[in-house]
Amino acid sequence: MAAAVDLYEYQGKQLFARAGIPVSEGRVAETPAEARTAAEELGGQVVVKAQVLVGGRGKAGGIKLADSPDEAEAYASDILGMDIRGHVVRRLWLERASEIAKEYYLSITFDRGEKKPLFMLTTQGGVDIEEVAAESPEALAKLHVDPLVGFQPWQARWLCFTAAIEDVGEQKQVAAIVENLYGAFVDFDAMLCEVNPLIVTPEGEVKALDSKFTVDDNALYRHPEVGEMRDVEAADPQERLAREKDVTYVKLDGEVGILGNGAGLVMSTLDVIDQVGGRPANFCDLGGGGDAEGVVAALEVITTDPQVKAILFNIFGGITRCDEVARGILEALERMTIEHPIVVRLDGTNAEEGRRLLAEASPANLHVEETMLSAAERVVELSR
Amino acid sequence: MAIIVDRETRLLVQGLTGREGSFHATRNKAYGTNVVAGVTPGKGGEEVEGVPVFDTVEAAVAETGANTAMVFVPARFAADAIYEAVAAGIETVICITEGIPAHDMLRVYNHVRPRGVTLVGPNCPGVLSPGKSNVGIIPAEIFREGTVGLVSRSGTLTYQIGHELTQLGIGQSSIVGIGGDPVVGSSFVDVLERFEADPETELVVMVGEIGGAEEEKAAAFIEAEMSKPVVAYIAGFTAPPGKTMGHAGAIISGTAGTARAKKEALEAHGVRVGTNPTEVARLAAEVARAGTPG
Repeated sequence: MAAAVDLYEYQGKQLFARAGIPVSEGRVAETPAEARTAAEELGGQVVVKAQVLVGGRGKAGGIKLADSPDEAEAYASDILGMDIRGHVVRRLWLERASEIAKEYYLSITFDRGEKKPLFMLTTQGGVDIEEVAAESPEALAKLHVDPLVGFQPWQARWLCFTAAIEDVGEQKQVAAIVENLYGAFVDFDAMLCEVNPLIVTPEGEVKALDSKFTVDDNALYRHPEVGEMRDVEAADPQERLAREKDVTYVKLDGEVGILGNGAGLVMSTLDVIDQVGGRPANFCDLGGGGDAEGVVAALEVITTDPQVKAILFNIFGGITRCDEVARGILEALERMTIEHPIVVRLDGTNAEEGRRLLAEASPANLHVEETMLSAAERVVELSR
Repeated sequence: MAIIVDRETRLLVQGLTGREGSFHATRNKAYGTNVVAGVTPGKGGEEVEGVPVFDTVEAAVAETGANTAMVFVPARFAADAIYEAVAAGIETVICITEGIPAHDMLRVYNHVRPRGVTLVGPNCPGVLSPGKSNVGIIPAEIFREGTVGLVSRSGTLTYQIGHELTQLGIGQSSIVGIGGDPVVGSSFVDVLERFEADPETELVVMVGEIGGAEEEKAAAFIEAEMSKPVVAYIAGFTAPPGKTMGHAGAIISGTAGTARAKKEALEAHGVRVGTNPTEVARLAAEVARAGTPG
């Protein structure tokens, strides 16, 4: 699974500003007192915005307009700690309030099918853009960029005219933003740069009022400053532990802890657990590993999750050898105390040797199954 | 016949002198793959297990007649390695390296495509044509010669399904791991097209997973262009929804990218979809046997 780093609104706006895209002046605050100071410094009306990596902040009450530093402080104490669709607000962005005459939408993203970057621009911004795409597709101007040629000025003109932006002053500003957004997309190895809304003020000034900025994980070596923006605290505590131990881990909601090798096989294991009536608590992908160190690290992460009642190892040995995984499991059981029942299914390279090693040691809580289905059934039974 | 790699494959390994490169190239050679050259700049004149190493792809091609390149160089140099292979006239590039920046691959893809070069990967297990040639990291012992083409986005899941097929007595013509990165050189449709044209392949098993819209495109292609039966499997029905990616992704593909949406698209185009690896192997066996005369 290719991963990407999602940035907070304020981080995306920092990158926009560096790329020459106009944004409002603002400040980050993590306490109500900081919010007050920020409002004082900014002066006048400010918007207090929850910084979370999930949509629907406004509807959830995470965005408020404050007329004074007092109000900004009061809103900040309401919003900090708020739970927005499972994301706890720990940071705010305060910026000078903007008057809005029009709301547009602009984005550039990877079109995986065409294998080209794709611009989308519409004057019907601010709302759910999927609705615009579904109900009035003619209002959505879409244009691919040949990555070998790069952005050309005609493309910005084409987008403006096709989206029916008629004011000449707006056209010029939007065209410059389109060009700079392409620059940001390429320069920061972004997978998505979205501005919704892109506003026009009553004075005719165009600027980005929000940002969604997603950067390719694989390219972070070129952008250490973006890597530092990644919010490690936003992750679940087990996910953080997993990252420290370099294990791929995802927290879910059921009772069965799952260890597998390879993303596809792990996903398939989740499905099979579900099909036999169980619910996965989490999953760890050992990847190509499977040595004792890797198995111990994964088991440590999995067993810190209090919801886990039973654990399933589903390993298909390709390059990974099943006898090594079996040794890893046995060594892990010696090095740490695990009370949970563990079901192990080994198949592929050296599977027989692996099963023999497990059978010889036969720890009391270890159950060996021959197939993926029977292992899933067994572990679900044991998780009840 | 088989597809992409076969007995005509003359393999050049970029990154042969690295740990991974030498390990897997040696395995490939032991399988019977014709490994003719390695390329590591600055190490020309050396040998790895009897395979001569060259400084440039051009020199290796001139000397050995290599026609296929396997890329094992580290991610930040991999795009460059592919460009070099293409410039030297290599016809097929199989890129195993994982972690290549998507923007690099975007440019590579658009460069390679109009030149008619076959690119498989990156971040893929490679291509195996049982009994003929193995290029990459697929464990060949799981598979055996036969008439089922297997194409997949995932490594271990491919091995699982191949293993289940082999246990049912169903062999394979070629196994192609296309990789799961945002930009891959060969799509499902590209590989299905080749299986359709391959006389040795009688049935195709396609293994997809959540995300993107390639399975949906494949579904339409299968109905419109394929005479051979296709059986599919999709992983990720219960996978947690991905990170918020804004709305642009869904608008482009016009699909949610969920396993359910993919299964429905495939079934709507007449493709049978198994709900787990065991079932998909069983379905494939059923179709294969039904297709056998007598």
